[in-house]
Amino acid sequence: MIEAILVAGAVVCAVRAIRATQLLSSALWLAGVSALVSILLYRLGAHQIAVIELSVGAGLVTVLFVFAISIAGDDGLTERTFLPNWLAVGLIALFIGLLAWMVLPLDEPALATAEAAFESVLWGDRALDVLVQMVMIFTGVLCLVMLLKERAPSARRGSLVSGRELARPSAAARGNGHRPAIAVIEPEPSPAEVEDIHA
Amino acid sequence: MNAMTMIALAVMGLVGAGLYGLLITRNLIKVVIALQILVKGALLALVAAGQASEQVNLGQSLAVTVIVADTIVAVVGLGLAVQAKRLLGTLDVKALSNLRG
Repeated sequence: MIEAILVAGAVVCAVRAIRATQLLSSALWLAGVSALVSILLYRLGAHQIAVIELSVGAGLVTVLFVFAISIAGDDGLTERTFLPNWLAVGLIALFIGLLAWMVLPLDEPALATAEAAFESVLWGDRALDVLVQMVMIFTGVLCLVMLLKERAPSARRGSLVSGRELARPSAAARGNGHRPAIAVIEPEPSPAEVEDIHA
Repeated sequence: MNAMTMIALAVMGLVGAGLYGLLITRNLIKVVIALQILVKGALLALVAAGQASEQVNLGQSLAVTVIVADTIVAVVGLGLAVQAKRLLGTLDVKALSNLRG
């Protein structure tokens, strides 16, 4: 009975996360899905994964979503769709029907037998997975740093030459030893900007 | 209806909701949310399969890898969304088609 309530809650939260018109609401519904899934995992006997899912899925990822939404803002794109709604619902109903036809009914799981501890399985048998996780984390951090790197200030002002090109002499200048000409002339500050600087 | 059948229904519901989101939405952040829901269904299926085969800890070990990969996908996807908003002024996935060579 408890499983039925948890499953229904998780699916309802997932559908609400997809159908919500505001991105912040979607992120909060997603946090609800994570919390309910972590309870289901705990009741399945996967205690460590339940704790990790609750802290990472419902905590860290939700904070990341709220942070990204506060930076990017809501674009009002929720009304535009790739496919007509009836076609998407029909395809998903067909998919779920086929999956249920292949999978159901399932037998009750057997009683848990003695097996190696989670730590020994993770660090012993699945050591390569741990290595891959470290590589993924490193790659993800590098990708994020490269993605969120600020552009040079001169490029943001819409000038003709970026800051890196200004710092590097041109090929012609390197050939004859002349210093490169500065191609960008900064505009004079307006009186209002001068007042702001003095203030 | 036993517990494993309920878990199978949860997996179907979560994967279906995630796929539905991927089919209909054009918002880049919403796409990442749909991917998160899809992966949560896969995570539940992994742990349930581990329990069905009496290897709960093996299922948990694989689930840790899935959680790490899922979080990295979310971080990179949200970074991409923020940068797309800065450069293109929109979160529309169709606007990214300008990247084609």
